Amino acid sequence: MSDRLLDVCERVLARVGTQAEAEVTVTAGTDALTRFATSFIHQNVTDAVRRVRLRVALDGRVAESAGNQDDDEALSRLVGSALDAARLRPVDPGWPGLAPPSPAPSIDHWDEATAHAEPQERARRIGAFVRAADGLETAGFCSTTGETVAFANSAGSRLTGRTSVANLDGIARTATSDGSGRASSVRLADLDGSVVGAEATRRARESAEAGDLGPGRYEVVLEPACVVNVLSFLANYGFNGRAVEEGRSFVRIGEPQFDASFSLADDFGHPMAVGIGFDAEGTPKRRVDLVRGGVTSGLIHDRRTAKALGAESTGNAVAGAGPWGALPANLVVEPGSRSRGELIAAVARGILVTDFWYTRILDPRTQVVTGLTRNGVWLIEDGRVVRPVTNMRFTQSFIEALRADQVRGIGSDLTLVGGATFGLGAYVVPSLHLASWNFTGGAKG
Amino acid sequence: MFDYAEAAVEAALAAGARYADARVMDRRHESMGARNGEVEELTQEASVGIGVRALIGSGWGFYSTADLTRSAAAQAGAQAAAIARASASVRGFDLELTPVEARQDSWANEVREDPLAVPLAEKGDLLVAATRTMKEHGADVALAAYDVWDTTKWLVSSEGHRIDQHIVECGAQMNATANGESETQRRSYPGIRGQYGTRGWELVRELDLEANAARIAEEARALLTAAACPSHDAIDLIIGSEQMALQIHESVGHAVELDRILGWEAAFAGTSWLDLGQIGRMRFGSELMNVTADATLTGALGSFGYDDEGTPAHPVDIVRDGTWVGVLSGRDSAARAGLPESGGAVRGDGYSRLPMVRMTNVGLLPGTSSLEEMIAATDDGILVDTNRSWSIDDKRLNFQFGCEIGWEIKNGRRGRMVRNPTYTGIGPRFWGSLDMLGNESEWKFWGTPNCGKGQPGQIGHTGHPSVPCRFRGVRVGVTG
Repeated sequence: MSDRLLDVCERVLARVGTQAEAEVTVTAGTDALTRFATSFIHQNVTDAVRRVRLRVALDGRVAESAGNQDDDEALSRLVGSALDAARLRPVDPGWPGLAPPSPAPSIDHWDEATAHAEPQERARRIGAFVRAADGLETAGFCSTTGETVAFANSAGSRLTGRTSVANLDGIARTATSDGSGRASSVRLADLDGSVVGAEATRRARESAEAGDLGPGRYEVVLEPACVVNVLSFLANYGFNGRAVEEGRSFVRIGEPQFDASFSLADDFGHPMAVGIGFDAEGTPKRRVDLVRGGVTSGLIHDRRTAKALGAESTGNAVAGAGPWGALPANLVVEPGSRSRGELIAAVARGILVTDFWYTRILDPRTQVVTGLTRNGVWLIEDGRVVRPVTNMRFTQSFIEALRADQVRGIGSDLTLVGGATFGLGAYVVPSLHLASWNFTGGAKG
Repeated sequence: MFDYAEAAVEAALAAGARYADARVMDRRHESMGARNGEVEELTQEASVGIGVRALIGSGWGFYSTADLTRSAAAQAGAQAAAIARASASVRGFDLELTPVEARQDSWANEVREDPLAVPLAEKGDLLVAATRTMKEHGADVALAAYDVWDTTKWLVSSEGHRIDQHIVECGAQMNATANGESETQRRSYPGIRGQYGTRGWELVRELDLEANAARIAEEARALLTAAACPSHDAIDLIIGSEQMALQIHESVGHAVELDRILGWEAAFAGTSWLDLGQIGRMRFGSELMNVTADATLTGALGSFGYDDEGTPAHPVDIVRDGTWVGVLSGRDSAARAGLPESGGAVRGDGYSRLPMVRMTNVGLLPGTSSLEEMIAATDDGILVDTNRSWSIDDKRLNFQFGCEIGWEIKNGRRGRMVRNPTYTGIGPRFWGSLDMLGNESEWKFWGTPNCGKGQPGQIGHTGHPSVPCRFRGVRVGVTG
C-alpha cells in the first residue's frame, strides 16, 4: 500500500517539476464505525478513504490544493490549481520552507486485523456490551480505522507510515442516570465488549436516583476522560506556538506554573500511543516535554511558528489547521502510584466525576472554561463514595486547578482515551485528585 | 452521474436491501485566511464520490468511495447492503419510512455573483485590507477569512427519486484580539462564526468588512479596561440577534431534533428534555415565541430544494405561540415517532457521510419591538451581543453562554460597556421570560457553517432567522 501511495506522490511532484517547492501527502485506508442506540445497531458505515493534498511555494507564494482522485487527469488538475493560485498570491513572509529529509521514528502503531476489521467484528463487541447491561438501555459506537500515509517533498523527503485504532465507547441508562464505559487501542482484539459494557452498567446503576448538591468549591477526582478534556484546552490554547506568538497563551517557559507532581509530554513513542510518525509537513515526531515537575518546559510547533519564535518544529503540523497552528496528538501525563480507590480515599469532601461535557473556553489566557458533568457523578466524604449527585455546571480556570499545591494525587490508571475535545489523536492519562473545582450551579439551574 | 447512483441502488437491492438510495456528490471548497495584513492560507479542495445507503431490518448500512465507475458504484451498493446485514446480530424494531412522492427534478439556489469566479487577488485584497485596518486600530491579532462551497449532488432512490441540485454557499468573518496583562478580549464581525448563506459573493460584498474593521479593533482594545460584567441572580437581559441565533441553535434547534428525542444520539450528542407525548401541549416559552424550521428561505444557509432523502423543502412549525408543536425529522425518525410525513431535515456532510437529521433554517418569527424600544423600556438591565462561548447540557436544558461585549442599561438608556458578560438558564424557564421581540426590520438570517453532530463527525450548515429579544429575571455574570 505505502509504495502505491508514494508513487502517487511522485506523480504529483513530477507534474510540479521545477516550477515550485512542493509537498504532497496521500492518505488511503478504511474508516468504519458501527453505532448503536436503544440497544440495537442503527447506523453502520464504512468509508474507503482516499485523499491527496498538495502544497506549493512559488518564490514564497504559497497555496494548497486537495482532492480525492488519483488518476493522471485529476493529479494534473490538482497541480494546475495549486500553481495558478500561488501565482496570484503575494509573497508569504512567514513561509518557513520545506522540511529537510529526515527519517520518521521506526514505530508502527498498526494491527492488520484492526485495519481490515469486518462489521461483524464490531457488531460482536456491541452485542457483548448490550448483554452486559443486563436489560438497561444502551447506546454508543465501535469504530475501526486503518490508514496509510505517504509524504514526499521536492526537498527530497520520502516518508510512509500507517496506524490503526479501535474504539468502543458507550453508555448504559437507567430511568434516572447514564453511566459510561470506553476502551481504545491499536488492536480491536484488545477491546472486550462485556468488560466495557459492565463498567458502563456499574456507573449507571451506582449513579441512579441521584440527589442535588449545592454549588461551591469542592475537591474533585477526575477520571481519565475528564483529564483529556482539560489537556485539550491547555494544549490548544496554551502549549501552542501560534498562541504564544500571538500573546494569547498562559505559557511562561521555565516558570513553575503547575504542581510539582505534574509532568506532561507529547510522546508519539509511548507504548499506548496511536498515530503516524510524522506530521503534515513531513517533520518526524519526537517526544516534547511540555511540563516537567511542574515547570513549563516546552511548546508545540509547526515549521511556521518555529521559524517565528526561533525554535524547531516538533512535528505537530496539521493540514488545514488554519489560525490554530500546531496541535499535539499524543499527550501523555506521567502517572502516579495511587489506585483510583486510593485517590478517593484521600478526599475529605469532594466529587468524583466520570465525564465532562460541552466544555467551552471563556478566555484562553486565564483558561477559564465552563462545562457540565456527565455519565456518573458522586459525592465523596471522608474517603468514601457516599451518594450519587445530579449533573453540575462548573466555571473553572484549568491552569488554576493544576497550579502548585493543587494536585493532591495522580493515579496509576494510565488510560488511552480517543477523541480529545477539539484535539487530535488520543491522549494517555491517569485520574487526578485536585484540591478545588468551582461548581457554579446544578443542572437544574 | 445518475448512472453511477442507479448502479449502486440496483446492486444494494440485489444484495437484499428493502430500500436503498445513493448520492453522488461533487464539492469544491475554497477558503482563504489573512492574518495581520498578510494572506496566510489559501486552500482549494475538490472531492467527488458516492455514498450508498441500504436498509435491512432495523439498521442502515452505508458505504462510500471516491471511485466513480459503474462497477465501483455497484460494489459500493453491495457493500452497503452487507454492512446493513451485519447489524442484524444486534437487532431492534424494523425501521419504516414515511411515504414521500418520488420526484424527478433539478434545483439550484440563486447566485448573482459566482464566488469562485471572483479573482483570488481581489478576494485576498479584501482580507488584507480588513486585517491591516484592524491592526492599525489596536488589534494585537487580526484575522479574516472567507469560505466558498460549490456542491452538485445527484440522488437516486429505489422508490424512483432522481434529483440533482446545485448549491452555492459562501460567507466571511473577521475578528480582532487585544491582549491585556491577564486576559484577552476579542471582537468579531459580523459574528463569531461570520455570516454565511446560500448566496453568491454578493453576500460578502454586503458585509463590508473594511467599514467595520476599525470599530471592532477599537472595541476589543476598550474591553480590556472595561468594567467586569456585574453578577446578578435575576436581571432583565436584552440579547442581540447574533447571540439570539446561537441561543436558538443550541436550546431550540438541537432540542427538537427527532433523532435525539428518540434516543438515537444518546451516547454522544445527547437526548432532549422534550417528551414526544407532550407535543402540542408542552409550553416551550412565552406566547411571543414562534419558531419555524424553513428550508425555503431564500439565501439562508439552511436552504435547499430537497433534503438528502428527496423530501421537498417546506416550512415546519416548531413552536407556535409558545407551545411546542413540531420537530426536525427524516423519513425513518418520523415513521418511528408516528408522524405522517418527514420534516425534510436529513442531510449528509459530503458523499462520505450517512445523511442524518440536521437543522434547516430554525429561527424566530419577528415581533413588534425595535432594539431601541427594548432599551427604553428597561430600567435596570444588561445588553449583550456576539457569542464568545457556548455550553449546554446533553438534554439541551441547562445552558451558559458568554458574549464578547455588553452594556449596562439604566433607566432606559445604554450605559457603560462591560466585559466578559455571561448568562445562564434553563431552556423553558428562560424562553418563558421572553417579553419583547424584535420586529421585522431587525429580522436577520444568520448562518452557522460549523454545526457538529454524528459519529463519524459531520459538519452541518444551518440557518437561524433571529431578532433581538428581551428576557426578564435572568442570572447574569457567572465567573470562574
